[in-house]
Amino acid sequence: MKLRKISILGGQDKDANPENIRRIDIQTGEVVAVVGPTGSGKTQLISDIEQYADGASPTRRTILINDLGPDSNGPNKAFRHLMAEVSQKMNFVMDSSVAAFLRKHARVRGIEDIEKRVADVLGLTNELAGEPISMADNLTLLSGGQARALMVADVALISNAPVVLIDEIENAGIDRLKALNILKGQGKIVLVVTHDLTLTLMADRRIVMKNGGMCKLHRLTREEKRIAAELAAIEADISRLRNLIRRGDSIEKSKNNKEKAVLWREFCSTAHLTSAGL
Amino acid sequence: MSLVFVIVAGPPSSGKTSVMMQVIRHLQQDSLQVSACKIDCLETSDDARYRSLGIPVCVGLSDYLCPDHFYVANLEEVWDWAENQKTDVLILETAGLCHRCAPAVQGCLTVCVVDNLVGLDTPKKIGPMLSTADIIVITKGDVVSQAEREVFSHQVECVNDKARVIHINGLNGQGSLGLKRDILKMSPLQGITGGQLRYPMPAAICSYCAGETIVGSAYQMGNVKKIDFR
Ligand SMILES: Nc1nc2c(ncn2[C@@H]2O[C@H](COP(=O)(O)OP(=O)(O)OP(=O)(O)O)[C@@H](O)[C@H]2O)c(=O)[nH]1
Ligand SMILES: [Mg+2]
Ligand SMILES: [Zn+2]
Ligand SMILES: [Zn+2]
Repeated sequence: MKLRKISILGGQDKDANPENIRRIDIQTGEVVAVVGPTGSGKTQLISDIEQYADGASPTRRTILINDLGPDSNGPNKAFRHLMAEVSQKMNFVMDSSVAAFLRKHARVRGIEDIEKRVADVLGLTNELAGEPISMADNLTLLSGGQARALMVADVALISNAPVVLIDEIENAGIDRLKALNILKGQGKIVLVVTHDLTLTLMADRRIVMKNGGMCKLHRLTREEKRIAAELAAIEADISRLRNLIRRGDSIEKSKNNKEKAVLWREFCSTAHLTSAGL
Repeated sequence: MSLVFVIVAGPPSSGKTSVMMQVIRHLQQDSLQVSACKIDCLETSDDARYRSLGIPVCVGLSDYLCPDHFYVANLEEVWDWAENQKTDVLILETAGLCHRCAPAVQGCLTVCVVDNLVGLDTPKKIGPMLSTADIIVITKGDVVSQAEREVFSHQVECVNDKARVIHINGLNGQGSLGLKRDILKMSPLQGITGGQLRYPMPAAICSYCAGETIVGSAYQMGNVKKIDFR
């Protein structure tokens, strides 16, 4: 069975009041952000989706997969690994080379042309990571950015979980926009839980959480889209500067130094504006 | 009286108490009376954690006895205690199990808790505790990569392909609803007396069981087995 969409049927908030949002349908290839202060119920919402809630969780939400509920035995089995996660807190703990581990994972997943798939994952990782990794590298010695890039590439190409949860991946060392686009392109449903502005604005829609309930469903406005693109460009610039410094160059010597100063001012004011507007 | 008997085993610090506390909270929301018992070797602070949920708790410390044997020898008494507490669901957490023992009793729901950090070969080493479990809970998925989670659960399924595998985050409870559902699906037991261990416990009746501490054949009596160096 192929996942087409997931629906969240609203339940209740922490005070047992019905949630504002009564139903959300999320199609494959869509990115949805979940925002709200700590303790507003983001984890519980994710938990409900992952556990395929049947109205019995504290939030009384029901999750439908392709319009089927948890009581209909079909999807339950087929989507045992419904959700894959990539987060800042995760690290590789296995003492193994990149190649050996990817092969093992591909074998577990029953993938046929293992060598080709493993090579594809490495290629994708190196598109996303600032510094390339090689097949022989040890998993536990990868930098944060490299590890996150490998996790995304692996989730995109080896894991068969149809839903991907992106939880706080910071900018350093991984091209997040590209990562989201790759996951979308693989027909995944991508959920983004983060306090990061740019990452949030990369989602087509966002669910605003309040007091344990889904309070508002917001579709990205055209203005927000423009700001998102600007922020992404600025981040790309910052990462270019970072690499410059890493290579041992100094920013002063860089010829577009002047433009950078302007960009910085803009970055700060845009960031202010947007956070005030949110 | 009848009650649902849940036995929870697993290596030290795998997240047994954390997971069960999350599940107990769900059960309490359904107004079920839950009691907890912890069997341990020398000391435990798990009783205080369970007690913080406002449920009746008892502790059995095996002390100088083999904790596995101590556990079986006390099942009847724990049952009686739980009945007196008007228990609907009894959670018995065991510790100190050696990798040769399994606590599963026919008719009880046996849960084995392992964490993602123990390494790919560990599921094989844990042995009968894992292979006779009805449900295998895998914890600490929040700190390892998705890829490792998937490979690790595969290793677990290789040892026990009949059990249901549930991924639970012991810290925030993500996944715990599935375990609650499985507990509620159990039909309550009428009694534990006469229930059969799914896997016999190893013999342990040598002089060291009885407190001997000196090394050497002269000090050994009873069921003694020697390494075959061929
Ligand atoms: N990151 C993370 N830590 C966890 C998780 N589950 C439990 N822990 C931590 O792991 C440690 C051990 O958890 P316990 O619940 O005490 O484990 P236990 O199996 O009951 O331990 P013993 O009864 O002492 O054998 C604690 O510090 C928990 O906070 C999890 O899913 N993720
Ligand atoms: Mg414990
Ligand atoms: Zn034993
Ligand atoms: Zn002995």
